[in-house]
Amino acid sequence: MEALKQKAKELLQKGDVKAVLGYAVGTGNVRRPHFARTPEQVDRLVLDEKCTQNLATYLTKHEVKHLGKVAVVALPATQRALLQLVAERQLRDDAICLLAMDGTEVKVLPSGAAVEQHLALKTDAMPTADKAMIEKLMAMTREQRWAYWQQELSRCVKCYACRNSCPMCYCEHCTMDCNRPQWVPVASHALGNLEYHMVRAMHLAGRCVECGECGRACPVGIPVHLLTFFAEESTAKQFGQRAGHSTKLDYALSTFKPDDKETFIR
Amino acid sequence: MTESFEPKITAFVCNWCTYAGADLTGTSRINYQSNVRVLRVPCTGRIDFMLLMKAFQKGSDGVIVSGCHPNDCHYTSGNYHARRRWMVYKDLMDFMGVDTNRVTFSWVSAAEGARWAQLVNEVTDNIRNLGPYAEYKALAVAGIE
Repeated sequence: MEALKQKAKELLQKGDVKAVLGYAVGTGNVRRPHFARTPEQVDRLVLDEKCTQNLATYLTKHEVKHLGKVAVVALPATQRALLQLVAERQLRDDAICLLAMDGTEVKVLPSGAAVEQHLALKTDAMPTADKAMIEKLMAMTREQRWAYWQQELSRCVKCYACRNSCPMCYCEHCTMDCNRPQWVPVASHALGNLEYHMVRAMHLAGRCVECGECGRACPVGIPVHLLTFFAEESTAKQFGQRAGHSTKLDYALSTFKPDDKETFIR
Repeated sequence: MTESFEPKITAFVCNWCTYAGADLTGTSRINYQSNVRVLRVPCTGRIDFMLLMKAFQKGSDGVIVSGCHPNDCHYTSGNYHARRRWMVYKDLMDFMGVDTNRVTFSWVSAAEGARWAQLVNEVTDNIRNLGPYAEYKALAVAGIE
């Protein structure tokens, strides 16, 4: 922790970065994002096991881009999100400066290549509980799965917290806000809920970095992250590429191989 | 199932192969069941998954998606892109419990008029056996007093 603050102050004082984005203690002892723009503000930074939010979400916002270069205290999920954002050309490669913890040591990762190298040492993303849940759902009959999702999604109030918390949902004009044509009913009833979550998962297929932020952000506790995890796994299995592993990858669904294998097209 | 049930089937077909193929079915005077509503799009690459979703939303009991065989796309690669999208979308539909038996993906070329008739007949019979897509239709009214 002290090493992290030290490094953050150093970067700010040297003028390498304009701000350091990390976590601070918020109301009710929760952890909230904190932009430290002066060395004094750095003292409020904390980093412990309660810090789970994926901070990459903020980096594509206009007001953050206007700050200038920002250093980010980055968990592995945040690192993967940043790689994916660079791959999708939402951030410039040289705009990256990550502060990653490696044991008690702080590593400064100044480029996409450095992040890739650092991440290569880490194991893959999906928590075992989520993996088990997806397997459990796939073992059910289709009718049971339908009933499960209908029940879960019946609590959805379409607050769009899952969308807004997602680092990959950066579109300025989201399909959900578009009403000509109105693709998905706006009201949070059964039809609108099902279709909203289907569209969200499909738009994240091949792009989801499996941070699980959407599931944590959900105020009514719907495991919405399982949908994007599943879509991502399906893409990875069928096309052999994963989001958030490189700054060079093309989006799996905007490219193709002539010998892609499927079993259902007649 | 009441005997009077006639399935409503929406077909999204590409302009260059399947639409021309369906045209050939007609000019060849081949009879086939009239449950299908054909929607022509420029290319299968245009068939967004939201179109399929919309078809069910508006009350289709089944959906056919069809275009040029691989390697035959008028725009070189539209059907390859579409194929990837369907591979993922079909998985996702299944994961969410949507009945994937009601969606048929197919390649029908401009020369396969007879095949189009056969495909439509098979799908119509299949959907007729499955009955109306009551599960999905119930969504539109669920939770609204």
